[in-house]
Amino acid sequence: MTPYVLTDSWTMTRRELAHWARQPGQVLVGLVFPVMLLLMFGYLIGGGRGVTGDYVDYLVPGMFALTMAFGLEGTMLNVTQDLTRGVIDRFRSLPMTNGAVLVGRSAADMLQSAVGLALMTGVAYALGWRAHGGPGAFLGAVGLLLLLRFAMLWVGIHLALIAGRPEMVQAVQILIWPVGFLSNVLATPDAMPDWLGTAVQWNPLSQTATAVRDLLGSQGGEPGHLWAAVAWPLGLLAVFFPLAVGRFARLGR
Amino acid sequence: MADTAITVEDARKTYGTEHALDGLDLHVTWGTVHAVLGPNGAGKTTLVRTLSTLLRPDGGRIEVAGHDVLTEARAVRRRIGLLGQYAALDEQLDGRQNLEMFARLHHLGARHARVRAAELLDRFDLTGTGRTPVARYSGGMRRRLDLAASLITDPEVLFLDEPTTGLDPRGRAEVWAAVRSLVGGGTTVLLTTQYLEEADQLAHRIAFVDHGRVVTDGTPDELKTLTGGDRIDVVLRDAGQLGAAVALLPVTGVSVDTDRRLLSAPVADRMSALSGVVRALEAAGIEAADVALRRPTLDEVFLHLTGDENRVKEAA
Ligand SMILES: Nc1ncnc2c1ncn2[C@@H]1O[C@H](COP(=O)(O)OP(=O)(O)OP(=O)(O)O)[C@@H](O)[C@H]1O
Ligand SMILES: [Mg+2]
Repeated sequence: MTPYVLTDSWTMTRRELAHWARQPGQVLVGLVFPVMLLLMFGYLIGGGRGVTGDYVDYLVPGMFALTMAFGLEGTMLNVTQDLTRGVIDRFRSLPMTNGAVLVGRSAADMLQSAVGLALMTGVAYALGWRAHGGPGAFLGAVGLLLLLRFAMLWVGIHLALIAGRPEMVQAVQILIWPVGFLSNVLATPDAMPDWLGTAVQWNPLSQTATAVRDLLGSQGGEPGHLWAAVAWPLGLLAVFFPLAVGRFARLGR
Repeated sequence: MADTAITVEDARKTYGTEHALDGLDLHVTWGTVHAVLGPNGAGKTTLVRTLSTLLRPDGGRIEVAGHDVLTEARAVRRRIGLLGQYAALDEQLDGRQNLEMFARLHHLGARHARVRAAELLDRFDLTGTGRTPVARYSGGMRRRLDLAASLITDPEVLFLDEPTTGLDPRGRAEVWAAVRSLVGGGTTVLLTTQYLEEADQLAHRIAFVDHGRVVTDGTPDELKTLTGGDRIDVVLRDAGQLGAAVALLPVTGVSVDTDRRLLSAPVADRMSALSGVVRALEAAGIEAADVALRRPTLDEVFLHLTGDENRVKEAA
């Protein structure tokens, strides 16, 4: 730790924002993709297995959670790309705070996810979806979602540091889709075989989705999942944050 | 302050079965330019990356500006500048954004960083690049910006890994001028190169590196003496007479270059060799286009030391 943790992290965050300014199209695509998924599952494919009542009401909080989890891909891609670029050598030869590169990455990704969440909420409202429950519950739901994103971010950074190259990210991309769908974001576990239902219920994604549904008064909400929706991401962070920072500090060894 | 700017003792780095550094020793005196010369794969980049804390050696003692690269990496990083073999720049950002970012990470503060970036852009003739991202720079512009980035804090020790590879003669002259002015200001420079001329022009000392070790280390003059002192070159008018000339010249160890109609041999006594050769040629009626005494070139030293003639001929 140095007295420059904050300024270095801010400098690295500014770098990511400058990248956005250079490539607004790429940022836009990243923001629009989850909205497209929402529209596709809500209207094109339609109707989740085992969901009674208004499917969009069930789907929207699930898509929020899914988007947060899939943010992992973007993080991994960005980190691996940075690793293959020469600029990482310059950063590592400077007397800057170890890990400020990673903090900049996570700040930018969190910002993008927050904007993405706002955009999806706007689209959901336009489609007639409503958050019930008070503003406190709404903020709590947003907090849970961003916490999940933050945990997935550090999982993503760690996996990216192991993978090293952007091509390796594809393997993870292929794996993350089944993990994302092996949850209750699109359908309830009631309609699944027992063993699958159990797996689905244990998926951290399901915990966050259920707790968020509960807070927002949406279909499929159940009380009592709040602790799991907090504990799961915190647990992931406790493991992957130190692993990622340590691995970054040991690059080149 | 430590006596030497750079101390490397028995440095080792192994990749699988490949010994990139195989017990390398090097001492660089403050305020001098030390060239590290060697063929592809000799271990030059591995050495520079180890010295600049990017790569952890497997063994050995390595100190830069009196600080251990392993245990005092941050102290080392505060004192060095690095121009790597490949550009270490953010390709998506423009030149000013790059330099300001690196200056902030050197903790110059926002205002000072802006001023420093502007100074360096001006000094390296990059002010006109405006908002163009580095990805669209030419190779020479990129190299200049990279060099500028390595000079943000006037480093005590500067590492240059093949700084002029891929530059045109003007770009090369600019880099050389920059290195000379830095050394004039007291900077210690460790420079790797594959160009013997570059080492000859810039360096106070030259270390020949091959297979991860220093084969020899000395001043350019000392190294040239190593191959046996002076040489005599004889260029004939008629290539057909080369064979006859080799047989009758009063020297040994003659090498023949048919394309250039050239005979070359080491000599012990300059004047007696010269007059002996001229007389022998006259007596045999062989006409010479040129006869000259000279110091050996570093190419010959290189060839002599690595014992690998083919590699040098390919490069030439
Ligand atoms: N990351 C790596 N993994 C495996 N082998 C490596 C790695 N880096 C270097 N090497 C090997 O170590 C040896 C020294 O490489 P190095 O890059 O230091 O040579 P060099 O003198 O800089 O060569 P060049 O003139 O081509 O730049 C080479 O045999 C190279 O193949
Ligand atoms: Mg190299």
